[in-house]
Amino acid sequence: MFHWLEQRPFFFAVAVFLAVAFAGIIEIIPDFAKQSRPTVGTKPYTILELTGRQVYIKDSCNACHSQLIRPFKSETDRYGMYSLSGEYAYDRPFLWGSKRTGPDLMRVGNYRTTDWHESHMWDPVSVVPGSIMPAYKHHFTNIADIDTAYAEAYTVKTVFSTPYDQDLDGDGQIDVPLGTYEEAKAAALEEAKVIAADMKNQAVKDAVANGQVPEIVALIAYLNSLK
Amino acid sequence: MQNGAQIEYDYSVAKAFTFSTILFGIIGMTIGVVLAFQMAYPELNYLAGEYGTFSRLRPLHTNGVAFGFALSGIFATWYYVAQRVLKVSLKESPFLMGVAKLHFILYFITILLAVVTLFMGITTSKEYAELEWPLDLLVVVWWVLWGISIFGLIGIRRERTLYISIWYYIASFLAVAMLYLFNNMEVPTALVSGYGAWYHSVSMYAGTNDALVEWWYGHNAVGFVFTVPIIAMIYYFLPKESGQNVYSYKLSILAFWGLLFVYVWAGGHHLIYSTVPDWMQTMGSVMSVILILPSWGSAINMLLTMKGEWQQLQTNPLIKFMILASTFYMLSTIEGPIQSIKSVNAIAHFTDWIPGHVHDGTLGWVVFMIMAAIFHMVPRMYGREIYSKSLMDTQFWLQTTAIVLYFTSMWIAGITQGMMWRAYDEYGSLVYSFIDTVNVLHPYYVIRAIGGLLYLVGVFMFAYNIYKTATAGRVLDKEPANATPMAA
Repeated sequence: MFHWLEQRPFFFAVAVFLAVAFAGIIEIIPDFAKQSRPTVGTKPYTILELTGRQVYIKDSCNACHSQLIRPFKSETDRYGMYSLSGEYAYDRPFLWGSKRTGPDLMRVGNYRTTDWHESHMWDPVSVVPGSIMPAYKHHFTNIADIDTAYAEAYTVKTVFSTPYDQDLDGDGQIDVPLGTYEEAKAAALEEAKVIAADMKNQAVKDAVANGQVPEIVALIAYLNSLK
Repeated sequence: MQNGAQIEYDYSVAKAFTFSTILFGIIGMTIGVVLAFQMAYPELNYLAGEYGTFSRLRPLHTNGVAFGFALSGIFATWYYVAQRVLKVSLKESPFLMGVAKLHFILYFITILLAVVTLFMGITTSKEYAELEWPLDLLVVVWWVLWGISIFGLIGIRRERTLYISIWYYIASFLAVAMLYLFNNMEVPTALVSGYGAWYHSVSMYAGTNDALVEWWYGHNAVGFVFTVPIIAMIYYFLPKESGQNVYSYKLSILAFWGLLFVYVWAGGHHLIYSTVPDWMQTMGSVMSVILILPSWGSAINMLLTMKGEWQQLQTNPLIKFMILASTFYMLSTIEGPIQSIKSVNAIAHFTDWIPGHVHDGTLGWVVFMIMAAIFHMVPRMYGREIYSKSLMDTQFWLQTTAIVLYFTSMWIAGITQGMMWRAYDEYGSLVYSFIDTVNVLHPYYVIRAIGGLLYLVGVFMFAYNIYKTATAGRVLDKEPANATPMAA
């Protein structure tokens, strides 16, 4: 049979493809529907949080930080409740990471504050002596790209039915509003003002007062949302 | 052309890919060494503003070596090996020649654009699939061109039976095409909404599903870029250089079909103790252990090919490179399954043992094999003797030492950190804060960086030797049948 195949490239290629594709078909397809169900209480990211998430991705924070707490006591003691599949229902892409050069950040919003993040991103060693993390001072001057975050939120809302502009918990109020581009931008700025009020950096405060959102503000909004 | 007449092969595209192998190898590995030193000395993060941080450079390193260096090497060897084992010259088909040239040009442009965009922070964040959708489309175009080249050359072949190497190139082409397409399914956001950056996209899959598809891809991108086509190379170059027949045809069949069937299942071992279904994690673990069989099958087949001719290790450094590559392949393919066992994975996952494992596989197996292939090809493509055998020998020992420094330090670092993360005192509290487990690694990071630097020096020696061979090596009057001639 193998001699026969080795002289017939077409059938050979078909056989190769079947051998390779088999595992994917068995492993991936059956669980797709089940794994995308959100856990009760999981909400989509606000525009500012999503902007921050894009900053996180832009600087590949996931190269050194995981967002996946494994079900061991040593992990739940250190980072909090182990991760549940439904908590990631709105994560596109997932940001589990594959290496912990720094600690896990899945629930960092539970135990770090805006103030801590500001000091840490400006100069990590000032709050964590011995840290090998680089400072991200450019986040304090670069202006965040809220337009692209809006584009992403709008896309996931229309294409994947991510529940923006919906009442998720049945209290008669919209949980995560998106609205029009102008509304979303105004909402992001309001959210940024709340973060900036807790910050010390005068340039950042001035920028927000002038209607601009530095990357650091968006990033902190995202990190605070990780709970 | 009459049967029996000497076929004149065309190496223009193979030469171009050889050049890009060396170029992207130097770029990718230099960045790797910078990263290694940054982990030991964090002040080095500030050499180039926001563009020089570890996090910005890391995807550049992985993409540079995987898709710049390794893929170039694979394509270079394809355009060399395919003509010879199919007994057909690219010259015979102006169409396939054009396809091959376009393949190189588009590929080269893509990698250059990848370097620029990754520096700018344009990334999807998915490991080894960081490129955004416009570049993904470009990749698809030249991947299809490679496919046309593969099946086109096969279509006009004179040798009816496909040699083992060709099997592996076909497998690499088909598997990567499938994996790449499914993993990079993404929706361009500007096209849907009319706002924001035009190149931005959002993944078709969310959360756990996204992770599942990504590691199905990520693991097998390693399999079908760093394993399958590299085996294609050793099956051609080792018998050719040594003048020995492949030890066992049956073993090569078993190893080939076994590898294809089992490899893809093993992707689940990247997701052990995550939120993907338990049966899939177990499957990933079990299949990883089974994967030892086909992996060692190929490696042992290669080692036994040298049966009765082991003295060639003393006389021919090229054989030395290939045999050590095969040996590192064995080491790496026993280490991976060990890390996939659930209880070991609990300690190893997220630690430096993982990059340690990746690098004994890549530095020891992939890079050694690609360099050996180039050492074999260049004298035949340029009709010249290898410039310096002693330089080759020095390079071999320098790089072998470098790899040992690299993986031993990362083994110790990884297991140390994994054990410290889970250490409890007698009162039931965690003993170490996270930063304690980082600071303890400093000496190992220094050793690793030195190992990386030595390896890079070796790569420069390689590049110099190849450059001198192509430009100043003694001209050969006829092509050597087996052992590549080299000047002392």
